[in-house]
Amino acid sequence: MTAAHRFTPLQRVLHWSMALAIVAMLFIGVGMVSTIRPDYLTLVSIHKPLGLAILVLALVRLAVRLRVGTPGLPRDLPRPMKLAAQLSHYALYAAMIAMPLIGWGMVSAAAYPVQVLGVTLPAILPQNDGLHTLLWNAHRAIAFLFFALILVHIAAGLFHALVRRDGVFEAMSPVPTGGGVAEPAE
Amino acid sequence: MQRPSSPGSHVGSLVLIAAVVAGGAAAFAYTGGFLIPGRLTPAKLVDALAPPTGPVLGHRRNHAKGICFLGSFTATGAGSALSRAQVLAKGTYPVIGRFNLGTPDPGTPDGDVRVRGLSLDIEPADGQPWRTAMIDVPFFPVSTPQAFYDLLVASGRKDDPDAMKVFAAAHPEIGAFGAWARSAPFTASYAEERYNSLNSFVFTDAAGADHVVRWSFLPAAQPEALSADALKARGPDYLEGEIAKRVAAGPQSWLLAITVAEPGDPTADPSKAWPEGRRTVEAGTLTVDRIVAEADGPCRDINYDPTVLPGGMRTSDDPFPAARSAAYAVSYNRRTAEAGDYPRDAVPGAKP
Ligand code: HEM
Ligand code: HEM
Ligand code: HEM
Repeated sequence: MTAAHRFTPLQRVLHWSMALAIVAMLFIGVGMVSTIRPDYLTLVSIHKPLGLAILVLALVRLAVRLRVGTPGLPRDLPRPMKLAAQLSHYALYAAMIAMPLIGWGMVSAAAYPVQVLGVTLPAILPQNDGLHTLLWNAHRAIAFLFFALILVHIAAGLFHALVRRDGVFEAMSPVPTGGGVAEPAE
Repeated sequence: MQRPSSPGSHVGSLVLIAAVVAGGAAAFAYTGGFLIPGRLTPAKLVDALAPPTGPVLGHRRNHAKGICFLGSFTATGAGSALSRAQVLAKGTYPVIGRFNLGTPDPGTPDGDVRVRGLSLDIEPADGQPWRTAMIDVPFFPVSTPQAFYDLLVASGRKDDPDAMKVFAAAHPEIGAFGAWARSAPFTASYAEERYNSLNSFVFTDAAGADHVVRWSFLPAAQPEALSADALKARGPDYLEGEIAKRVAAGPQSWLLAITVAEPGDPTADPSKAWPEGRRTVEAGTLTVDRIVAEADGPCRDINYDPTVLPGGMRTSDDPFPAARSAAYAVSYNRRTAEAGDYPRDAVPGAKP
């Protein structure tokens, strides 16, 4: 495989469409649990299908990444930064996959029918008070950690784009940008 | 590769990055209502239901006193003219239900509670349950969820004798409920009550036509009118013992009557009954076969969220079901997290 300097177009499409969807999900989530207005039902009816769509896309994205890999980070990126980048990307993948599963499990453990877009999905867990409470707490805690991590990730992305100008941002940018030139990957 | 020359040249970029992060965090906090103390959140609404001594842990935050039952719903098929839901197609479907009293404290004596409820979870084979939680009052005390919250706050203001007067002046619709509560007799049994959806919903038939409806379950049992004092004289938990005995002696039944709105009927306001003479469809019969104590009962861990509806039924312009769904979820989250405070097998020997 020749050393690519950018993520493949499929990876970039997945990254940016999922970025939009995930940020929307986090806002929909905190918004819906804070209102009693009819918007509540509208937001819930978006939250569940969009969350499950993210699960499917995240699994596709993981498979693509395992197959085609990544362009790699610049050779001169300090080791701690490289490690932080790698670990944070693993954490982002974990959250993208865990959040929808936890949501689905939480709804199942509350004995609510799992209805999305008029289709009834199977419950993935039996009704159980303890499991429901555990998953509810996890869904909320991970959501806030996920959002914090995304802020850090965005800050890091912009840091690469504006300060380091080392081609890392260009590797993922949705359209080719004239900015930095990627160094050959290791 | 272009290396930046001096750290000073990055100040603008770093400020921009900080602004993006701070802006993102602020937008998130705003959306979540963390910055808006005035927003009526589901948690606030549920908090307002608590009795002065605080919520009773492990129990429903309203309609806390109740008893489970098992039974079935036999649809005649007449309801299919209104909704394509399987639950209204000719057939018999299992039911997990709950008789309950409108109080946040499960220890309240029966004679002190004016509002009685019936909750149903009807589960047809297609996996699309119909959940409904109804009450025996013919109309809701107030027109909007916000007014319900204001009512809870006003009635909790024991320090301010005028609070309720001020509330009633702003919400004259409460007068009808007050008159009903003062004059309507109690009945001697859960089995003698008529239970009403009060909220309106939209049913969609197989041809795709919408019908705005409300429904009621009409008892087969003949009501025995009781004064409040006569009911109190029968003991604080009379109703649960009575229904257990009655059902043990023979199944109890109710007729489901679905009423269709006409143009101009107040579909968004459950405090207003619809005029007499509306088209009514007799869609089936609820049969209650077995009573089970709540602590171990199958209704305990069900949230009778009125927005759990099969395809062919959906919410209308009535704002209550959404508010109820949001509030019931908070109540459910709290009470299931507190399950340890409400032990199973809490009532030894209560299992029939
Ligand atoms: C919900 C939001 C986001 C999530 C969950 C997310 C997730 C990820 C993940 C998992 C990677 C690793 C590469 C992969 O396998 O796809 C990545 C890479 C990247 N992301 Fe994001 N991202 C989000 C938003 C953003 C935003 C808004 C920016 C803009 C600054 C950004 C910039 C980047 C860049 C530049 C890379 C490439 C890093 C590298 O070369 O390894 N991301 N993102
Ligand atoms: C990427 C996927 C997801 C994200 C980022 C996400 C995010 C969130 C957030 C931020 C909240 C609000 C938490 C709070 O403030 O208490 C929330 C609540 C909720 N989510 Fe998700 N969610 C995801 C997937 C799902 C899925 C797939 C389902 C169900 C099928 C689901 C069901 C729920 C429910 C029912 C609540 C309300 C919980 C309650 O009763 O308080 N979520 N979600
Ligand atoms: C905004 C207005 C309302 C609020 C905030 C509210 C609040 C609640 C709460 C918190 C519960 C306990 C739910 C649980 O833990 O599972 C409950 C139960 C119940 N409510 Fe409401 N309610 C409202 C309106 C209504 C209306 C309009 C009706 C009847 C037409 C009604 C009838 C019932 C019944 C029958 C139950 C018992 C459900 C069960 O057996 O689990 N409520 N309510």
